[in-house]
Amino acid sequence: MPYNCVVCVKQVPDTKRITGEAMKEDGTVNRAALPAIFNPEDLNALETALAIRDAHGGTVTVITMGPPAACEILRESLFRGADRAILLTDRRAAASDTLATSYILACAVHKCSPDMVLCGRQAIDGDTAQVGPQLAEKLGLPLVTYVEELLSLDDGQLRVRRNAGHGWEVVSCRTPVLVTVMDTANTPRPSAAKRMMKYKKARSRVEVAAALAKEMPDADKADQAEETDNRCQALADKGLLIESWTLDDIEADLSWCGMSGSPTKVHRIQSVVLTGGEYHEFPPTQEAMDELIGELIEDHTIG
Amino acid sequence: MIEVNRQGDVWVFAEVDGDKLSDVPLELMSKGRQLADTIGVPLAAVLLGDGVEPLAGKLVAHGADKVYLAEDERLGRYQAAAFGKVLCDLITEHRPQVCLYGATPLGRDLAPTVASAMRCGLTADCTDLQIGDHTDPVSKETYEKLMYQIRPAFGGNIIATIVNPQRWPQMATVREGVMRMSEADPSRKGEVVRCTPQLDGVELPLTIEETHRRERKVNLKAARIIVAGGAGVGSKEDFRLLWDLANVLGGAVGGSRAAVDLGYIDHDHQVGQTGTTVRPALYIAVGISGAVQHRAGMQESAKILAINTDRDAPIFSVAHYGIVGDFRDVLPKMVKSIRGGEA
Repeated sequence: MPYNCVVCVKQVPDTKRITGEAMKEDGTVNRAALPAIFNPEDLNALETALAIRDAHGGTVTVITMGPPAACEILRESLFRGADRAILLTDRRAAASDTLATSYILACAVHKCSPDMVLCGRQAIDGDTAQVGPQLAEKLGLPLVTYVEELLSLDDGQLRVRRNAGHGWEVVSCRTPVLVTVMDTANTPRPSAAKRMMKYKKARSRVEVAAALAKEMPDADKADQAEETDNRCQALADKGLLIESWTLDDIEADLSWCGMSGSPTKVHRIQSVVLTGGEYHEFPPTQEAMDELIGELIEDHTIG
Repeated sequence: MIEVNRQGDVWVFAEVDGDKLSDVPLELMSKGRQLADTIGVPLAAVLLGDGVEPLAGKLVAHGADKVYLAEDERLGRYQAAAFGKVLCDLITEHRPQVCLYGATPLGRDLAPTVASAMRCGLTADCTDLQIGDHTDPVSKETYEKLMYQIRPAFGGNIIATIVNPQRWPQMATVREGVMRMSEADPSRKGEVVRCTPQLDGVELPLTIEETHRRERKVNLKAARIIVAGGAGVGSKEDFRLLWDLANVLGGAVGGSRAAVDLGYIDHDHQVGQTGTTVRPALYIAVGISGAVQHRAGMQESAKILAINTDRDAPIFSVAHYGIVGDFRDVLPKMVKSIRGGEA
């Protein structure tokens, strides 16, 4: 039987390359100042969904919540084989913590009526691993975390091997279900050249509008809107329109979104200040090593 | 969520592993004790399972004033649906102000499930917890005696302190080893509060067909000496030099997250905020730049020796001994010194 899979993905700052300049006053990250990448384990979730579709039929829909720039990872998803891409973007969703994020995603995923929801285990910017489980609770779906291998999927019965920390388990469950996928689960397929040629032109409405505003800065709003409509229609006709949804489109209750929907608040952000190194330096010579080791033996640190 | 309840207890979720308590809840009891004493409320452990009553005494010995005990055969093996339901019912009934969980695979499955159902906040992988006041920057309203949930964030350039002023309970997860376990006091007295889990009609959606235990490859927490490598080691082959040094020292080998991500060493060996927190007698950091997440996991080591080619690496800020040089040259010389001149 075919399965409709929804994969929740996130564009993340490349945390290996963050500098203090990328932080805003309020303690949130200025994402624009950082190189942005496809969250690594979300690629494993996408690959799992693509493999399910290839084996059983169905569709793969990719959803991301973020600023228009996050369309970059939606295009990448299309390059790799996704059937449909949705950008969930709304200023009122800004500053959402994991609870508000999972609420908003749940509203969007619910609209897609999926048989399987797949998330990466965790995102590298926060490492919280909270959104997947919270999304399952909000959708009322069974939760299977830390999937390392999909063993079988027959007639809506899913069997997986999951990492249980102190070992592994084989777990089975009826679909619909939400799974979180580990990096060890698979090797994500690369972008396909043909799909890249096609989908590199895929755009969301917000991107089309932004490009137009640059092209015809002096045109009045109505003309711009009309031209945006025309271009989006042309993209849609070619299957190149990345859908963009707002909180209104998913009928989200605004009190559970953004700042007001987030119980956690930032009390304080401290920059890490390094105290001056008061260490005893040894040169990298044999004599110095003898002296160092001698000192460590002397004070019973070694031996 | 529950209303703010100033008389509410501090709770620690008592995770059971097989037929015994995991280390994390016992470690959390000592931090929970501090928090409860600062606020002036009781400390309670929440023990869910099937036939787990004998474990309650140990929780009391480690600091619990109360143990909420809920036993049912449907709690014999962990499932988010059943554990989440029972815990949410208990929270709704007893209105604790704080709930702490170990950031174990189970805790990281359960805590967000509870947070979502209770619509309360949750902060992952805290490296410290304190009690303090918070003034809302917009409304200027002040909230007294909140739990500060402290964790490094975003590449380690900042330490974030998170609070949850209104939508309680205040919940956090903490990695194994981050808090120090205090000595058990068998003479302590505590109360066991029996609770009847309401699980009728709750579906257990997962069938756990097989369980395989895999012992951890290394017990870093117990090691007296740790030789740890980072991205600067450059390859799995060159990590061999660290194993050689660890072998002659009778120590264990650790790795930074970068080294683990690069595949130089298995995840079991990871030291830091999202790995293991260690306090050995000697920690030798090789080619580790020393991001705050890594330092959070090793800076309480009694002696720290840093070896790095970069004199400005942050690791030197926590080091007692430093060698600016290439470890490929330095480590064999150290091995030679330890062996008394033989290479």
